[in-house]
Amino acid sequence: MSISNSTELICFLVLAFVVILGSLGVVLLGNIVYSAFLLGGVFMAVAGLYLLLNASFVAAAQVLVYVGAVNVLILFAIMLVNKREDLKPIPGLQLRRFLSAGICLGLLVLMFRVVLITPWSLPGPAAIGEGATVRIGEHLFTDYLLPFELASVLLLMAMIGAIVLARRDIQTVDVGTGNEVNQSLIEKAGTPLLVDKTTT
Amino acid sequence: MYIPIVFTFANSSPSLVSSGLDLERSFSQMMQGVGFSPSLAHLLWLPLPMLLVLAAAVVGVLVTVWLERKISAAAQQRIGPEYAGALGVLQPMADGLKLLVKEDVIPAKADGLLFTLGPVLVLVPVILSWLIVPFGQNLLISNVGVGIFLWISLSSIQPIGLLMSGYASNNKYSLLGGLRAAAQSISYEIPLALSVLAVVMMSNSLSTIDIVSQQNGAGLLSWNIWRQPVGFVIFWICALAECERLPFDLPEAEEELVAGYQTEYAGMKFALFYLGSYINLVLSALLVSVLYLGGWGFPLPLEWAASWFGLPLDSPLLQVITGSVGIVMTVLKAYLLVFLAILLRWTTPRVRIDQLLDLGWKFLLPISLVNLLVTAALKLAFPVAFGG
Repeated sequence: MSISNSTELICFLVLAFVVILGSLGVVLLGNIVYSAFLLGGVFMAVAGLYLLLNASFVAAAQVLVYVGAVNVLILFAIMLVNKREDLKPIPGLQLRRFLSAGICLGLLVLMFRVVLITPWSLPGPAAIGEGATVRIGEHLFTDYLLPFELASVLLLMAMIGAIVLARRDIQTVDVGTGNEVNQSLIEKAGTPLLVDKTTT
Repeated sequence: MYIPIVFTFANSSPSLVSSGLDLERSFSQMMQGVGFSPSLAHLLWLPLPMLLVLAAAVVGVLVTVWLERKISAAAQQRIGPEYAGALGVLQPMADGLKLLVKEDVIPAKADGLLFTLGPVLVLVPVILSWLIVPFGQNLLISNVGVGIFLWISLSSIQPIGLLMSGYASNNKYSLLGGLRAAAQSISYEIPLALSVLAVVMMSNSLSTIDIVSQQNGAGLLSWNIWRQPVGFVIFWICALAECERLPFDLPEAEEELVAGYQTEYAGMKFALFYLGSYINLVLSALLVSVLYLGGWGFPLPLEWAASWFGLPLDSPLLQVITGSVGIVMTVLKAYLLVFLAILLRWTTPRVRIDQLLDLGWKFLLPISLVNLLVTAALKLAFPVAFGG
């Protein structure tokens, strides 16, 4: 076995180990902040797997989108609402855990079966490596143009929705019921946080 | 099938000029002459450029810290460090040694693991980005095809480290500082990426080598700064914001947040933040010179000078001269920009957080979109001048 092959094998084993353990940690850990940080680690390891498959552009895009945007957004959300309080115990927690573990194991068995019965054509087509960037661009602007444009429309809708949500202090009437709603921000200078609004 | 990042070394790019100095080939031939196999020679070669670049980055930081101290002193009519070495050149070493032997404090209520991991996550992507900084046609660690895009995606990891250290410190100023730092770095990444995209559009490649080669046709006149003046200014502002340099150093604004996410840090962990921010500054300056100021190119193409003196393009003497001039020019341009950044830091007031976000989202983002559009239009209209 040549040096580059064995390096590749070691890298693959380490990355696969990180992906599996990390995703188990994301699901099983009690502290949601740890879960979020581990999720970032899992995304990085997946980017490493793309790199092993000679898809450096996809790997860089994975890091930029999933680690740099999605994971940071999740962390932001967690840290902005993070309250250190004990949650109320959920009724029937043991049963719920048992059920979800059963479903997940079932899915795992199904995926193993798919992996085993699929006639994989090995070795696959040769990786185009550095030419991939050009090829992805060509596909995005020819045969995948419609999904690409639809995704951009979806993003535009999400952006407008975010602006509407962020600027809701100008909306004083509930859209559904027509009632007056007090939606002024609570963090105004000079007023204490969490005033009791039921008595006023 | 092999790992592109680690195993390729500066040979895949179709270059316009002569291939120049290829140290790896010479090294490999030398090792094979002693009796090593080609793959073993390659393996022995791999750590050399990495160590060299790491050392260069650290020395660059020491020089920058000294410059910062001296220039800030001059701006405030002081003398600055004077006793440690001639003109105080050893002062940064003394600073580093002090931080190295300082007690490493982890606050009792802090989250020890995340507290330690945060600075590491801030520093590692910055050092990794040096992978793509070229000092000459073949003088870089790896000419990865995704080049400058790799730097953009790596720099998006940094906010996670900032959030992590802000959260783990268990201190409200740290958390606020971390959130601010992440928000700032996300907002300014978008105009930064868009202005890089305009350059990439002109050079038809993401590789830093191709971007520089494309600018070196006619020396000074063919640098990208003349074709992308708006992009240059946007990139520089965004780079300063990404480095948290003074007009934009809100995450560690002393008067408001003590020291932001660094508040609870001491000793070597603090030094990692410090090192990270200065390496990032030098890296940004290097990338500005690569993207807009012709990288390793001399203001006058050396090929012309060679033809005047009648030297053949592939003569060893000319290659050594070209290589050294390339390194000197890259470092010189980068340090001129570092000088500018330091002057800016000591002469401009800090912006407020709302001004910062206004500038990023309402000014730089539209301008960089327009810049991209105009570049595309010019590229279609004048393919000769804008890299058709």
